[in-house]
Amino acid sequence: MIDHRKSDDSPGLLVRVWRGLARPSARYSLGYLLAVGVVVGVVGWGGFNWAMELTNTETFCISCHEMRDNVYAEYKETIHYANRTGVRAICSDCHVPKEWVHKVVRKVQATNELYHWALGTIGTPEKFEAKRLTLARNVWRSMKRTDSRECRNCHEFDSMDFTLQQSRAQIRHAEGKQEGKTCIDCHKGIAHRLPAGTFESAQRNGPR
Amino acid sequence: MNRLVLVIIGGAVATAALVGALAPQVNAQSGNVQSLRGAVAIPEQGPPPDLKKQNTTSGRFNRAYRQQPPMVPHKIDHYQIDLRVNQCLRCHDWPYNVEENAPKVSETHYMNRDGVALDHVTRSRWFCTQCHVPQDNARPLVRNQFKSAVEVE
Repeated sequence: MIDHRKSDDSPGLLVRVWRGLARPSARYSLGYLLAVGVVVGVVGWGGFNWAMELTNTETFCISCHEMRDNVYAEYKETIHYANRTGVRAICSDCHVPKEWVHKVVRKVQATNELYHWALGTIGTPEKFEAKRLTLARNVWRSMKRTDSRECRNCHEFDSMDFTLQQSRAQIRHAEGKQEGKTCIDCHKGIAHRLPAGTFESAQRNGPR
Repeated sequence: MNRLVLVIIGGAVATAALVGALAPQVNAQSGNVQSLRGAVAIPEQGPPPDLKKQNTTSGRFNRAYRQQPPMVPHKIDHYQIDLRVNQCLRCHDWPYNVEENAPKVSETHYMNRDGVALDHVTRSRWFCTQCHVPQDNARPLVRNQFKSAVEVE
């Protein structure tokens, strides 16, 4: 039988690393090692989350021209950009969940966006218009599935004072609550222009 | 002969100067006519107009004549009317108007200029706010005695 093990005279890299890690420390105390470990852990974890939050900033999102020239330009005309109170919602407030687990899942899914950015799938206005309805329906579908979780980051339905709303809003919100509707069922187009075929699509595929 | 011509010309010039001096100065407040600018001289800046709130009544506004396009009694801020989508029609077109309990777009809107009846709102009537406007709580710009078609008779 051929002996595949390396002799003790010339061990492989992996073996050397493992032996180095498995050996107890001769020079440093346990407390010191623990403290260093804690610091490294904090820096590492903090750095990871800091980098994730960096990808949630408006600057990062509009660094892609596909976003800046299309959906960001449309969003600037809406109430979530400028309004009476100056309380704004940026891209990540509506499109990235706040809870850590959901956020990480969304970030992993976002590699698909990097892929399509490299391919230039929506790189021109014509290509974007051609895919607009598909992309919009993707977002509507995920919002419907999560019961408009990102809307509820800021808009707490049970804290809405109906008496302060317009008559149409009062009626619709009360109706919506009774019928078990979610925000996105009625409030499509609140932040970006509606694609052609929105209402027909909604008739075919779901309420409102 | 030369002196006569000189006298006539001199007389004409003198008359013109006299008339020019004595005639009233023509300005923005000539007689009883005043522009919408008011009593503000041209080089000055007048006060800005008041901010107006939209008049959002429940129910409908009274129209002044039969063919007047009905006015919009609810807020329509940011409603999208473009080549892709018309958000007004989301409630005012058939079959949505039934469940939304909203006045249906008039049948005239489905007929194109050649008189052909279409199944959708014709493109020449697509942009609602060209004719259908909301109302502001604004004072009339000029005092007037306008009477609607009903009041005139």
